[in-house]
Amino acid sequence: MNWHRYASPAAFKRFAVRVQPWTAGGALACLGAGLYMALFASPADYQQGESVRIMYVHVPAAWMAMFVYANLALAAAASLVWRHPLADAAGRAIAPIGAAFTLLCLATGSLWGKPMWGTWWVWDARLTSVLILFFVYLAYMALNAAFDDPTRGSRASAVLALVGAVNLPIVKFSVDWWNTLHQPASLTRLDAPAIHSSMLWPLLAMALGYTLLFAYLALIRIRAELIERRLAVLTHAKFAAEPAR
Amino acid sequence: MNAALALIARDVRLAWRHPHEIVTILAFFVVAASLFPFGIGPEPQILARVAVGIVWVVALLAALMSLERLFQAEADDGSLDLLVGASAPLELLALAKIVAQWLTTAVPLIAAAPVVATMLNLPPEGFGVLMLTLILGTPGLSLFGGIGAALSVGARRGGALLALIVLPLVVPILIFAVAAVDAAIAGLSPRPHLFLLAGLSVFALTLAPFAMAAALRQATE
Repeated sequence: MNWHRYASPAAFKRFAVRVQPWTAGGALACLGAGLYMALFASPADYQQGESVRIMYVHVPAAWMAMFVYANLALAAAASLVWRHPLADAAGRAIAPIGAAFTLLCLATGSLWGKPMWGTWWVWDARLTSVLILFFVYLAYMALNAAFDDPTRGSRASAVLALVGAVNLPIVKFSVDWWNTLHQPASLTRLDAPAIHSSMLWPLLAMALGYTLLFAYLALIRIRAELIERRLAVLTHAKFAAEPAR
Repeated sequence: MNAALALIARDVRLAWRHPHEIVTILAFFVVAASLFPFGIGPEPQILARVAVGIVWVVALLAALMSLERLFQAEADDGSLDLLVGASAPLELLALAKIVAQWLTTAVPLIAAAPVVATMLNLPPEGFGVLMLTLILGTPGLSLFGGIGAALSVGARRGGALLALIVLPLVVPILIFAVAAVDAAIAGLSPRPHLFLLAGLSVFALTLAPFAMAAALRQATE
């Protein structure tokens, strides 16, 4: 299959228009079912009580924070290697979504931490590395918007996105490398996941719902970026063609 | 190689003939650090506990001030185009700029650090290790800072943007530097932290020249 086919903005637009309703419907269905299961149908934890339900919002948000950053780094690499406007638009479009997921992860984690750990925030390795991930998102967006020439902003922020990718493995393995208050992974272990199926299903439904929501938002935002860029070019051409009065 | 050495010599000579810049940065280092006893109270025990953190954070901010003009000055007078177009590899030239920046900014800051640490009542066991962490950590600081400086060439709001880019990248350096000094004060071995700190600087050395060169190339396109 030839992926470069989708790299032309026109082809991407046709693809996005076709896929968009499916991602919207899928996200609604998964988030609806996931939230019902998470908030009503799943049991309370024997230790954490009802607070465990925060986990269904928190854990997928943390996964998305990293998943979106991985996408951002890929878009950045594509932008630097092929200098393709679609990769620039993708990076610019998905960074705020990733920052929002990271903020959601930090906020829900803080809400869960107060009743469970007795504190809103601790400076352990997992929390600190996710906070730095959030700062890198902010720096990416600030750098992207800091130049008069948008292409310049895209290229500069793409280099930053690749440098910041160093942080991803640190976030992932921080709970293994350091002795943290944050618990280690319970799903992605080589043996069976250390979580009961009544809690696993709502978690997976939420994760799929978040992913589809991200896809939906990303498609809309990338299209908006492409249209905005086109509009800027047309406006520029119009004023360049008119004689100065 | 000769081009890189010439570049280092030029930057050091420029800094030597216009010493007001480094004097300003050193003054900032001392004045900003002396604000903390007013902010958190002059009790010697409290100051002793936070001294190393203050020295490192303020040194970091002082170093940022010199990074802001690192490549911007070259871009303004057009010599950046000559560096990019030179036959010597741009990665090496960017590294030379960082070496010169380290010699003209970090070395004076390291020399001033014991004075500031004394003002903040750092326990005597911490001094030697503090100097070691500064010597091992500031090259990494300059290298990561160089990436930020190269990326923000020509940007609006350059200074605040530079801080936003660089500060998240240098957090690990700060963590291990402070951990090493704290370990020494507590009577433990600072060696593991010092090794990690040196490792971070070496890692920055492998990454930063390429990132800086990529950023400078697209800045001059």
